[in-house]
Amino acid sequence: MDNDSLIRVENLVKIYDGGEVPLRALDGVSLTIARGEFVAIMGHSGSGKSTLMNVLGALDRPTEGRYWLDGEDVGEMDVEELADLRNRRIGFIFQSFNLLPRLSALQNVRLPMLYRLENRLDAAKREKTAIAALEVVGLGSRLYHRPNQLSGGQQQRVAIARALINQPALILADEPTGNLDTKSSEEIIGILQNLNRQGVTIVMVTHESDVAAHAGRIVHMKDGKIMTDGPNGHRQRDAAPALESRGGAA
Amino acid sequence: MTFIETIGVAWEGLLLNKLRSFLTTLGVIIGVAAVILMIAISAGAAAAIADQINALGTNLILISAQRGTPGKPPTLVYDDALALAQGVKGISGVAAEQSVTDQVIQWGTANFTIPTLGETPDFPTVRQVPVGSGRFFTQVDLDRKNKVIVLGSKVAHDLFGDTNPVDQEVMLGNTHLTVIGVMAPKGSVGGVDYDDQVYVPLTVLYQRYLANTPVQNRVRAIYVSAASAETMDSAISQIKTLLARRHGVTVSNPDFTVQTQQDIIQTQQATTETFRTLLAWVAAVSLLVGGIGIMNIMLVSVTERTREIGVRVSIGARPDDVRMQFLLEALILSLFGGLVGVVAGIGGAWLFNETGVMRTALVPWSLGLAFAAAAAVGIVFGYFPANTAANLDPIEALRHE
Repeated sequence: MDNDSLIRVENLVKIYDGGEVPLRALDGVSLTIARGEFVAIMGHSGSGKSTLMNVLGALDRPTEGRYWLDGEDVGEMDVEELADLRNRRIGFIFQSFNLLPRLSALQNVRLPMLYRLENRLDAAKREKTAIAALEVVGLGSRLYHRPNQLSGGQQQRVAIARALINQPALILADEPTGNLDTKSSEEIIGILQNLNRQGVTIVMVTHESDVAAHAGRIVHMKDGKIMTDGPNGHRQRDAAPALESRGGAA
Repeated sequence: MTFIETIGVAWEGLLLNKLRSFLTTLGVIIGVAAVILMIAISAGAAAAIADQINALGTNLILISAQRGTPGKPPTLVYDDALALAQGVKGISGVAAEQSVTDQVIQWGTANFTIPTLGETPDFPTVRQVPVGSGRFFTQVDLDRKNKVIVLGSKVAHDLFGDTNPVDQEVMLGNTHLTVIGVMAPKGSVGGVDYDDQVYVPLTVLYQRYLANTPVQNRVRAIYVSAASAETMDSAISQIKTLLARRHGVTVSNPDFTVQTQQDIIQTQQATTETFRTLLAWVAAVSLLVGGIGIMNIMLVSVTERTREIGVRVSIGARPDDVRMQFLLEALILSLFGGLVGVVAGIGGAWLFNETGVMRTALVPWSLGLAFAAAAAVGIVFGYFPANTAANLDPIEALRHE
């Protein structure tokens, strides 16, 4: 197996038995994503892109097929190992942010460190790390605000800080700009691009081609299958230099 | 996540809904307080009974005839009492007692019916009912069948008002009797109001009120007071031997029973034991209801926070972390309820005692028991909702609105 590949899935099949006819949400998906790539997965709703994300995020197990993350067979892992995987190796970013509403930005960002078992930091270090992470996304002055006191773009930046807090190799972003206006979208994409430049592998689901245009590689899905997979010929490399433009945020 | 951190998370969860958390706890508070209070009340009742029985007299031995069979009526008689007084060593007094149907007592125009007892001179000392004014009757009164009467304090007051009853003449049934004394107030002991009855010499009772009974000189009970606690056992065996010989029966198959105060207390306590058990069960049921309340609210809480659970799982929470979080929430609720309930139970028992509503005696083990029961309720009724939370499908949970 290629040492540079972070994600490798082979012949993934996911069948939902719920309806009258079993639904093949994934129908033989094979994909390899190298370390440091920025991949956009595109497709209409029902194309299987969210199911693929759930499998990649170890939230769901495929009916058939195998999944290696960083060379390790995810299908062989027990619940504890899967939880550790989600905790330290993968960072999630959701369309609806999924922050805990009653906790402050700081408490939300701190949460993954609390669930971490290996190389735990003490409370003071966790606090410091969380503050630093919020400063990176430009929210150093919003530490104690609750999600409902923040704009959509700010909430998504808190979510990104939370996804990054345990320094995962992989960020899975599911429609990260779906609930945001154009300006906030550009800021979020800018942050993701910045992370990618620092070596973080990013897999992003989107149905907006102008958002996907920022990725280095675009995968199109339809009916649970990969239709096209190739480098992005029109990559907009410096479309949103959001971090650099924010005073003191970098 | 460490245990302490999980407690922190659970605590935060509860603080988010303070009123609901408190109302949920209320069931446990009431349950725990009820357990403690109920046990304190029954312990208080038992103590009251013990006190009353001690008030019957110290080192008291009670001899009563066993219920007679047809053709063979009970045979405990006055002469048995006289024989015991002479033949048993280590005793300080013997009192024989017989009752008749309530008699009408009359003085001037005042009259009412009154429980009437025939007694012997040792009655005040053996039964510890002291004389208030005048005197009790003597052996001379008994031997000469003097027509005298001693009144309970309430009878004296009801019949004579402010007049001094001593040396007055009353009618009891068809007999004129001279009042020679009034007993000091004693109150009720074991359902008998000692202040609301009258006493005549046993011999007078036989002559005037029981002239037509088939067995002459029958007594319903003989009371013997042992000289000290040490002589009790010896006195009892002497009594049994002597009475068996007089009645022509064996000690192993007697026609009488010999009881001590201790026996009577135990009998009474066995009665209250049933009552006490019943109360404790009622209280336990309320604790159970409190537990169901916790389970109910925890299930609601799990449903409400389904999305939160999904988020936590997606950032690395293990099923055990989620289970522990909700289990601890339930446990904190029940332990808090247990603590407040213990305080409320102690306070309630104190208040009942102080205000004289009911005599209570706090039983130390009941505090521990009630608190432990509350904790158990939290774990048992918190486990199901916690398990539900831990087994949620993370994808479903994240989609939950």
